[in-house]
Amino acid sequence: MKPSFLRGALSQRSPLRLVAGTTVLTLSFSLVACGGGEKAAGDFDGEVKVGILHSRSGTMAISENTVAEAELMAIEEINNAGGVKIDGKKLKIVPIEEDGASDWPTFAEKAKKLIDQDQVAVVFGGWTSASRKAMLPVFEAKDHFLYYPIQYEGQECSRNIFYTGATPNQQAEPAVSWLLKNKGKDFFLVGSDYVYPRTANTIIKEQLKVEGGNLVGEDYLPLGNTEVAPIIAKIKQALPNGGVIVNTLNGDSNVAFFKQLKAAGITPANGYAIMSFSIAEEEVAAIGPEYLEGTYAAWNFFQSLDTPASKKFTEAFKAKYGDSRVTNDPAESAYNMVYLWAKGAEKANSVDDNKVRAALIGVTFDAPQGPIEVQPNHHTTELVMIGEVQKDGMFKIIENSGIVKPLAWNQFVPETKGYTCDWTQDRPDAGKFKL
Amino acid sequence: MTALLDTLFNGLAIGSVLMLAALGLAVVFGLMGVINMAHGELMMLGAYTTFVVQNLFKTGPLQGLFPAYILLAIPAAFLVSGLAGLLLEKTVIRRLYGRPLETLLATWGVSLILQQFVRSVSTAFALGLVAAVVLALLAPRFTPQAWWQQRWTPLLSFGRWLAAAAVGIALASGLGNVRALDQPWFSARNIDVTAPQWLRGSIDLAGVNMPTGRLFIIALTALALVAVNWFLQKSAWGIRIRAVTQNRPMSSCLGIPTETVDALTFLVGSGLAGVAGVAVTLLGSVGPNLGGNYIVDCFMVVVLGGVGKLLGTVVAALGIGILSYVIGSGSLLLVWPAMPVGLNELVTFFATTSMAKVLVFALIVVFLQFRPAGLFPQKGRMVEA
Amino acid sequence: MADLFSSRTLRRALPWVVIVLLALLLPAVLPPFRLNLLGRFLSLGIVALGVDLIWGFTGMLSLGQGIFFSLGGYALGMYLSLNSLEPGQLPEFFSLYGVQSLPAFWRPFGSPLFTLFALWVIPALVAGVLGYLVFRNRIKGVYFSILTQAALLVFFNFFNGQQKLINGTNGLKTDTARIFGELVGSDGMQRNLFLLTVVLAVGAFLLCRWLTSGRFGDALIAIRDDEPRMRFTGYNPTAYKTLVFAVAGALAGVSGALYTVQSGIVSPQFMAVPFSIEMVIWVAVGGRGTLIGAVLGAVLINYAKSLVSEALPETWLFIQGGLFLLVVTALPDGLVGWWRSGGPGRIQAMVGWPPVAATYPELDLDPAVQAEKAELEGGAR
Repeated sequence: MKPSFLRGALSQRSPLRLVAGTTVLTLSFSLVACGGGEKAAGDFDGEVKVGILHSRSGTMAISENTVAEAELMAIEEINNAGGVKIDGKKLKIVPIEEDGASDWPTFAEKAKKLIDQDQVAVVFGGWTSASRKAMLPVFEAKDHFLYYPIQYEGQECSRNIFYTGATPNQQAEPAVSWLLKNKGKDFFLVGSDYVYPRTANTIIKEQLKVEGGNLVGEDYLPLGNTEVAPIIAKIKQALPNGGVIVNTLNGDSNVAFFKQLKAAGITPANGYAIMSFSIAEEEVAAIGPEYLEGTYAAWNFFQSLDTPASKKFTEAFKAKYGDSRVTNDPAESAYNMVYLWAKGAEKANSVDDNKVRAALIGVTFDAPQGPIEVQPNHHTTELVMIGEVQKDGMFKIIENSGIVKPLAWNQFVPETKGYTCDWTQDRPDAGKFKL
Repeated sequence: MTALLDTLFNGLAIGSVLMLAALGLAVVFGLMGVINMAHGELMMLGAYTTFVVQNLFKTGPLQGLFPAYILLAIPAAFLVSGLAGLLLEKTVIRRLYGRPLETLLATWGVSLILQQFVRSVSTAFALGLVAAVVLALLAPRFTPQAWWQQRWTPLLSFGRWLAAAAVGIALASGLGNVRALDQPWFSARNIDVTAPQWLRGSIDLAGVNMPTGRLFIIALTALALVAVNWFLQKSAWGIRIRAVTQNRPMSSCLGIPTETVDALTFLVGSGLAGVAGVAVTLLGSVGPNLGGNYIVDCFMVVVLGGVGKLLGTVVAALGIGILSYVIGSGSLLLVWPAMPVGLNELVTFFATTSMAKVLVFALIVVFLQFRPAGLFPQKGRMVEA
Repeated sequence: MADLFSSRTLRRALPWVVIVLLALLLPAVLPPFRLNLLGRFLSLGIVALGVDLIWGFTGMLSLGQGIFFSLGGYALGMYLSLNSLEPGQLPEFFSLYGVQSLPAFWRPFGSPLFTLFALWVIPALVAGVLGYLVFRNRIKGVYFSILTQAALLVFFNFFNGQQKLINGTNGLKTDTARIFGELVGSDGMQRNLFLLTVVLAVGAFLLCRWLTSGRFGDALIAIRDDEPRMRFTGYNPTAYKTLVFAVAGALAGVSGALYTVQSGIVSPQFMAVPFSIEMVIWVAVGGRGTLIGAVLGAVLINYAKSLVSEALPETWLFIQGGLFLLVVTALPDGLVGWWRSGGPGRIQAMVGWPPVAATYPELDLDPAVQAEKAELEGGAR
């Protein structure tokens, strides 16, 4: 029999229930907060926790799974080689995986969790620019570090992020110059309606002005939209006899775009040069090589790159995840950044973020694409290549522009022209200052 | 003239996809007043069926018939989606008649489960699922009869599902250790459905370039429309469906088996979603998110068209199709280049695909202010109508 | 001892004492991350209260509460973006798109006072206007649901596509802004925001209880149960519906603002279709038509989501979908409704220990009943 006061309170409308609920909730919160003690590993002298934060569910899971897998592979390789060596001790890297769920605010939430709750040494994560922008304030407010593997639009240089993907001058700009030189002057820009395509196209428009190109039209498709008939009509209107199409569509929309382009006769055979900045080996397989054959892409790594380092990387990836899998630029970049961090930590002889940050600048790594070096602006040098899609879904490398240094602030856009970023300099505006 | 034809064709092309996708939804909504949020996922099942059929034809003895695989995919998708819809009706929707809002929520739950299902399903997963369902359904046979007549029987009948689910999960994760069984059938990635060669080209007619894939969809839509119309108007079951649509209690009194009518309608509506799924593989990507890309547009068509007549769906779909094309491609400017500056800026502002969507939806919301029950409302004398 | 607890005032005060104690205790006990989560989920409880008002009490299923939620979030986000700037400076993102001067609609948000009102008045106005147009035409049921969803998509696409006005997909970030000279993302500020959330959640709860307990609440329930009859009795349902929809909009705005400062970002993702449907599910699981159920549902489900996605991200959709089905088919009144209708007693009865039914004499002896009796008699005299 319950005490009478309790029975009375529970049978009437009363906030006591709120209290009961909150108490239960609090208890469970604290239980979780207290759990999670870790045990030390066998051959190692200790552990260092790192966070891996990618979308494992939702729309972006398609792309981000591969990146997370490449990071886990790099961690496994480093551990098999004895882990990270600090102070003569061998530390095992323990990855803690979190799911960003293709939802930008969730990325911020999970980043907070990794930093506060799991106390990871560093976080590897993100794909879309929006997810990076959502995480950035968290890392800045907590002075923690994010390693971000994807080619992106630049115009950002955070003290708290290392970017191992290409900036526009390591991907889009050389590609546009190459198109202008070899394929034509009339450009039509197509992109998804979000930040990377918008900003990349702003840069390309400025570049066209400077280098004598001609912008004939641009359009943006809402993410996930597959009705591209109006865009195709605009392209036909603007480029009736062939020309250059620069495509920064993301994800699903690409499939619709290329299927319908082909149906409408806008193909390389009819004089259209189509350059994509978001289509790598994996996307080619998903869209179908028959729709993409003869179109171009600019990247810093292709699976078809014929060097021992590249082959070793691809073979290891296939051995771990299955023969049908392909490697691509984002996966390579993700793989590199884990190694770069480990090297930085060994050089700093500490896993403390700020020490690694200082030590990392100037670190080099023999990446699958070839040697890369971390620059004072927290980006890396990259090999710039242009590939053409072949029947088998691989790229034939048709242009190799060599190793290019990263520029965080774009030199074509008037607002950022002349600005640079150098975190080795001791000045308050090291992230963006005029030379 | 060419511009006008071009606009008409492209509007028709966009509208026919919408129409095909919304047709099944309209039939179901008209009969039961139920909005099926899982309609998009039933389309997705149709698209995945197309993928499976295509793979059958890619290798082996049927290889020579590859160009015709899509013709087989249509009935296959109709069956798969139709049966899935029937299952949905029998297990969930039946319990919720008269509660349209709850049905909306429940079907949304189903859509989430279906999305994750195609991502996760592997042989191990499927075996575990089948084992769990069989176990739960057969549980009364293996247990003493007396157990099922006790005070605590409700607990038992709920508990058996939990126990069966536990066994299923255990089995699935046990089998998951075998790599061959753990391989997901489709995975979270998009899958590649290749249209046969004859649907990849285009033909030029009266100066308008018409992709054959689009023509195929238009033809398929017309065919589906004629078939549905015939079914509803001429067939015996169609007449029963219409009777129930108009007055459910009276039909029931006159001996029409309304439960069977509901199930049948749902089967047909879901099957049509499957056919729409086949059609959209010709246009866009096939992946777990396919449904979400179409579902809201389908709602718009149904709400704009009203529930009274199929004609409403047709007019609404074509209207939305033509409107989004005209706005999105900015072709008004081509027709009328000397537009006043203010209007010109306005047209240009909305002449991107994403802003066109904003405008079209806003226009629909405004339109419904004047015709709350859509273009062709159901006539009736009820106060609720 | 029993006398002490049965004293009516004390029993009334007890919950509040516990709430205050918890509010003071939790920030000390919980690590910042968990505290922040609890604060965010509690702020979602406020929008759930609004959903409960319009769905649980009035029977209108809105799938577009994300609009009002985001408007509140954006209002505060805009203020915070402007607040930490030097005079004459523009928020950083504008330069990316070549915008030279602040768009006109941003200007008022420089004022804290304006923002304080805007973050709930703007959503309430938008909801009121939208609601008035829709209800005047007697659009209801699933038509209303679909219409709100369409409106949601209109707003989503607009905010998503307008980089030059509102920074498009990226949204506005708030963690690195400052209020009263302190960083919004800092632990101290987050603790204050948690306390503020508790206060506002309790306030919203009381407001909703006040609204639903009197004649106004009866009118709402009448609309839910039989709107034509209510109209024929001489009431004007449109006015009631518009008002309650506007109130729900205002609650959503407050909730969005609180959620924004505790998440560090406001983006068009808040207007994604699934998020607005999830709001309804929180209420459904907690128990629609019960205010406490709405808050509990919001906190519990989000907490579960956070836990499950830490452990097994792939299964969350299964769990969520299953929960929808289970709640809608088996527990139509949610957890709280099940509890109140004697659910636990029924389970107890099934396993063989039926709860002892209270007999009339015992009921009469209940101190609460006796007190009520005395009060009634006092009132009669």
